[in-house]
Amino acid sequence: MDNLFSLQGATVITILGMATVTWLCRMTGYALARRIAITGRAKAALEAMPPAILTAIIAPMAFSEGIPEATAAAVTVFAALRLPTLVAVAAGVATVVLMRQIPF
Amino acid sequence: MMTETDRQAPNTIRSGFWADAIRGLIDISPLMAGAAPFALLLGSLAVQKGLSPAEVTLMSFTVYAGSAQFIAIDIWQTPVPILAIVGTTLLVNLRHLLMGAALAPHLGGLSPMGRFLTVSIHSDETWAMALRRAQTHGSPGVTPGYIFGVFVLFYLQWPFWTCVGAISGGVVDDPAAFGFDFVFPAVFITLVIGFWRASRQTLVVLVSLGTALLAYHLIEGVWYIFLAGLAGTVTGGLLFKGEGVSHG
Repeated sequence: MDNLFSLQGATVITILGMATVTWLCRMTGYALARRIAITGRAKAALEAMPPAILTAIIAPMAFSEGIPEATAAAVTVFAALRLPTLVAVAAGVATVVLMRQIPF
Repeated sequence: MMTETDRQAPNTIRSGFWADAIRGLIDISPLMAGAAPFALLLGSLAVQKGLSPAEVTLMSFTVYAGSAQFIAIDIWQTPVPILAIVGTTLLVNLRHLLMGAALAPHLGGLSPMGRFLTVSIHSDETWAMALRRAQTHGSPGVTPGYIFGVFVLFYLQWPFWTCVGAISGGVVDDPAAFGFDFVFPAVFITLVIGFWRASRQTLVVLVSLGTALLAYHLIEGVWYIFLAGLAGTVTGGLLFKGEGVSHG
């Protein structure tokens, strides 16, 4: 493979641009939140962030992909309500693998 | 690795560091197993698009953001549409503005350098584990050891498997074949349930879910993550009824 270590100018600039905007996103919210005293309503909003963002990230993956994924997501939700985390994850993954064998 | 502080500190603190690190590693391990096939796939797709293994590995080291990288590789062509790729990356990663803010109250147990590194390389997965730890053990539970265990190997494996995928090419054609693609949503669902169990923020979750699905179908691109995250966050703020009153 001749180009194993090749680094092209435009490609490297694009990659570093991607890295810079990503790092700025990671840092900016943190830096702002550290400078502002967070109490009351803002604190409640901050506490709502983890479930809100986690849900936002996975919603289409879980409920818009198709019947196997939606079923597996539902199985994972119910399993997670009563069983240990790893068991719930395994149940969800097993469900999606099995359901994908069925032609819809 | 022995540092100056390790030598001076009593044994209990040192064993605490490694015990926490192992705990963190155990907590993140299912997500590591779920992410590895995607890094392999990313590497092989990037090479097909004309990037060299060195270039895509550099991308995984410096950008370190799975969804943004897949989208970038998808729209990659020659000549490289630099602005389109960087702009899309910014859009996909806007959620880190919110995620970084949510980390801020919980990193008091780390050194300034530890905080800087943690915020610089947080991913969806490692961020979620850190916040989960803060929820179950309180902010003091987010120890240097725990963060070390969750963050370091998870970070390093991403460029590592990207490089392996780029050099070998096509090791993993389809992570979906063995359900690897569903490990990530499944773990995140259990995390949402965990947060819900602690705070009963049912409305927050439902608003976020509804907004995400609507935006996903109605708006071109990846706005849905940021919009839905913001909608759920604002809902949490609106439900605030005064100190000491829990919201539902």
